[in-house]
Amino acid sequence: MPKNEATLDIELPLLMEAIYRKYSYDFRNYSLASQKRRVIHALRQMECPSVSELQARILREPETFLQLLQYLTIPTTEMFRDPDYFLSLREKVVPLLRTYPSLKIWIAGCSTGEELYAMAILLKEEGLLSRSIIYATDINPAVLEKARKGIFPLNRMRAYSANYQAAGGKNAFSDYFTAAYDAAIFDRSLCENVTFADHSLATDSVFSETHLISCRNVMIYFNHELQDRVLELFHESLCHRGFLGLGSKENLEFSRWGSFFEAVDKPWRVYRKK
Amino acid sequence: MTMDVTAEVIADVDALVCERGHDIEAIVLGASAGGIGALLTILAPLPATLPIPIVIVLHVAEDKASRLVEVFSHHLAPQVRLAEDKAYVATDTVYFSSAGYHLSIEKGRWFSLSREEPRYFSRPAIDFLFTSAADAYGGALLGVLMTGANEDGAEGLAAIARAGGVTVVQDPDEAEFATMPLAALKLLRPDRILSLQQIRTLIYRLEIPDAG
Ligand SMILES: C[S@@+](CC[C@H](N)C(=O)[O-])C[C@H]1O[C@@H](n2cnc3c(N)ncnc32)[C@H](O)[C@@H]1O
Repeated sequence: MPKNEATLDIELPLLMEAIYRKYSYDFRNYSLASQKRRVIHALRQMECPSVSELQARILREPETFLQLLQYLTIPTTEMFRDPDYFLSLREKVVPLLRTYPSLKIWIAGCSTGEELYAMAILLKEEGLLSRSIIYATDINPAVLEKARKGIFPLNRMRAYSANYQAAGGKNAFSDYFTAAYDAAIFDRSLCENVTFADHSLATDSVFSETHLISCRNVMIYFNHELQDRVLELFHESLCHRGFLGLGSKENLEFSRWGSFFEAVDKPWRVYRKK
Repeated sequence: MTMDVTAEVIADVDALVCERGHDIEAIVLGASAGGIGALLTILAPLPATLPIPIVIVLHVAEDKASRLVEVFSHHLAPQVRLAEDKAYVATDTVYFSSAGYHLSIEKGRWFSLSREEPRYFSRPAIDFLFTSAADAYGGALLGVLMTGANEDGAEGLAAIARAGGVTVVQDPDEAEFATMPLAALKLLRPDRILSLQQIRTLIYRLEIPDAG
């Protein structure tokens, strides 16, 4: 053991252990640097003097835990974020997806739903939405609730519309939502075949026989061990020659499971099960 | 006169290298406005083989960031790369952070990226790299904060100091933009306040310990 370990470095793993044992959320294998920042930020926001005191509170007050969960998970997202990723799906993956009579698509770590709606729009324009079942999963029930509603700030639509066009969009982006005051309410029909589920990549098992898994900017928060677990899970979930899409700064190079996938579009992180 | 100052400076830098140099295992650099020129100055003399990895957060507009690696590769002998998520920190490499993501070094000495909120309007934030590197390297770290027009990096440099690492701030009188060095000097007393030429000498001597 290192001597004189900083108090915070003792407290943090204890907090994660407490969360796991009490609430079954497993944050024990996340990257520590950002986790530490998130907890320090939460302490300030929740006016808690120390991690130990926060631990005592979350063990006794489930609502305090739910509050902490909002700080531990990082919900940052956009519609058609990295348009080239979606363009790549359109051009390189969709032609192969067309060959299946029915499709299962998994958006893992979907946050507030922006990525899901982007994917649904893409599938609709390619004539695949009606034969697709989409699983949209996240560990944070609060973001899933927002995803279900499909209502986003109207002031983001200009930027999203530009992304949509750059991603090869075929219509006017405004066709997909109704503006009401400062909100953009997305077309319900986009979600007809979507199953929203509270699902953790750290502890839960797989959806079977998926054709495409899009898991973007989720594994950057995991350490190597948890990344390995998730990639094994995805490998098991994907059908023969199924597709996997990652965030634009993620990669498979530093995982044992990397060699089980081949790149379809390396710069935009689109891979395929070997 | 100038000669004396230079000799003095080299003696001082050598003293620092002697004192602490043997245990420096990583160098982290932070800069903002004016940073490209400053970095080119201090890194130009380095050879291709670097026993100590150098990791840089430089604030630039997102659309320009992708060109950093290109520009610096062109001017520097060591390999210049973007720090990739989950890659282990390797020697012989000068690393830049990707635009739009925070960069940290984990205790196992690998890089992690994150999309937390920007800090001082910037992502990557110097504070996040410096603070995480202080956790990962403890006293075996040199942190250098240079020219910039905001206050990012000061807290990170203070974290390096607390962990027992070596801290250097660019002389604000010389820095193209003094806000960043001044913010650091308000928060801590660094081991040295140096000019770019001196920082250049320091890094060179650390990387090439037996240079004459
Ligand atoms: C940065 S967001 C990414 C959103 C979207 N995929 C994108 O790229 O725009 C990360 C999401 O991953 C979720 N997450 C974190 N840990 C998870 C886990 N173990 N299982 C599933 N989702 C997780 C968070 O709740 C958060 O909503």
